Amino acid sequence: MILTPVQTIMMIAAIAFGTMLTRFTPFLLFPEKKQPPRVILYLGSVIPCAMMGLLVVYCLRNVSFLSGAHGLPEALAILLIIVLHRWKHHTLLSIGGGTLCYMILV
Amino acid sequence: MSRDTEQKYRSCTLSCKQERVEKRKQAVSALRAAFPHTVPVLTGFMVLGIAYGVLMQAKGYGVLWSVSMSALAFCGSMQYVAITLLTTVFDPVQAFLLSVMVNARHLFYGLSMLEKYKGVGKIKGILIFMLCDETFSISYAVEPPEGVERKFFYFWISLLDYGYWVTATFLGGLLGNVLHFNTEGLDFVLTALFVVLFLEQWKVKENRAAGVIGMACAVISLIVFGSANLVIPAMVLILTTLLCGGKLGLLPGLVEKRKD
Repeated sequence: MILTPVQTIMMIAAIAFGTMLTRFTPFLLFPEKKQPPRVILYLGSVIPCAMMGLLVVYCLRNVSFLSGAHGLPEALAILLIIVLHRWKHHTLLSIGGGTLCYMILV
Repeated sequence: MSRDTEQKYRSCTLSCKQERVEKRKQAVSALRAAFPHTVPVLTGFMVLGIAYGVLMQAKGYGVLWSVSMSALAFCGSMQYVAITLLTTVFDPVQAFLLSVMVNARHLFYGLSMLEKYKGVGKIKGILIFMLCDETFSISYAVEPPEGVERKFFYFWISLLDYGYWVTATFLGGLLGNVLHFNTEGLDFVLTALFVVLFLEQWKVKENRAAGVIGMACAVISLIVFGSANLVIPAMVLILTTLLCGGKLGLLPGLVEKRKD
């Protein structure tokens, strides 16, 4: 079933509004002129690293470790990224090498 | 006009011109500095954005609709979820609520960028509008090189990433049925990007505790709640652990950071 154009516009608006609410709320709650409470500054300094950890897991959320390839291509590609990055410290090389390795494996 | 004011006027226009040239130079150098960091995003967004355009087309939503969605909502994973919503009974309230939930992680990105986006001026609204996973991770993890103005650097990373997504959606909606090439596994580039940015954070010892907490909470949440509902429980777990860890002083890295 396909929605009518007006309904589709309303759906896009609803989704855009929901997304923007999540993007703008922190900045509206703590505007530049006011010094945010210390706990917020603390969270702002530790959350990013935690979120990057979460994003890695989030990207791998649909990998099934119990069936199929048992997540082996992902594991090998990430291992290669770690080794490459430790060795050469070159962001694009690590990302490119890891991705290429993964594409060959799958 | 007296000679005096005329001279004043001339020197003003001259300095204005110089200022504009200077500004343009700064913008170009910031673009040069920002672009290489966005190349992995370009690759990943091309694959996922084109796939999105193709999928929307297949469900009966042409390029106008898919591009509108990408340009106005700009929220990768939610846009995929929304395809299902667009093909069932009309329910905008459900769409709104789901959008807030799927995108709740942006709340944490905002908190993280409060300090970095301070004083960027008029473009702040645009930066917030375009703040996605990839833009957040790069803008947070990468320091602009010396001589490059911070706000221009952030602006280009945001605009490039946004542009890639909208362009890819457009291409997918337009040429989707004609294009056939093997891109299997190419979307792994975004996973690789996050892994590398995580490794970059790992170099700083004080960051490690938070990084491990983030991963562990996400894994626990994945096992308990499943892959479809992982984000919000993981965020709650992360928040609780970080707050308790900081308060109790159990995690040395966190306490050290709290002092400054």
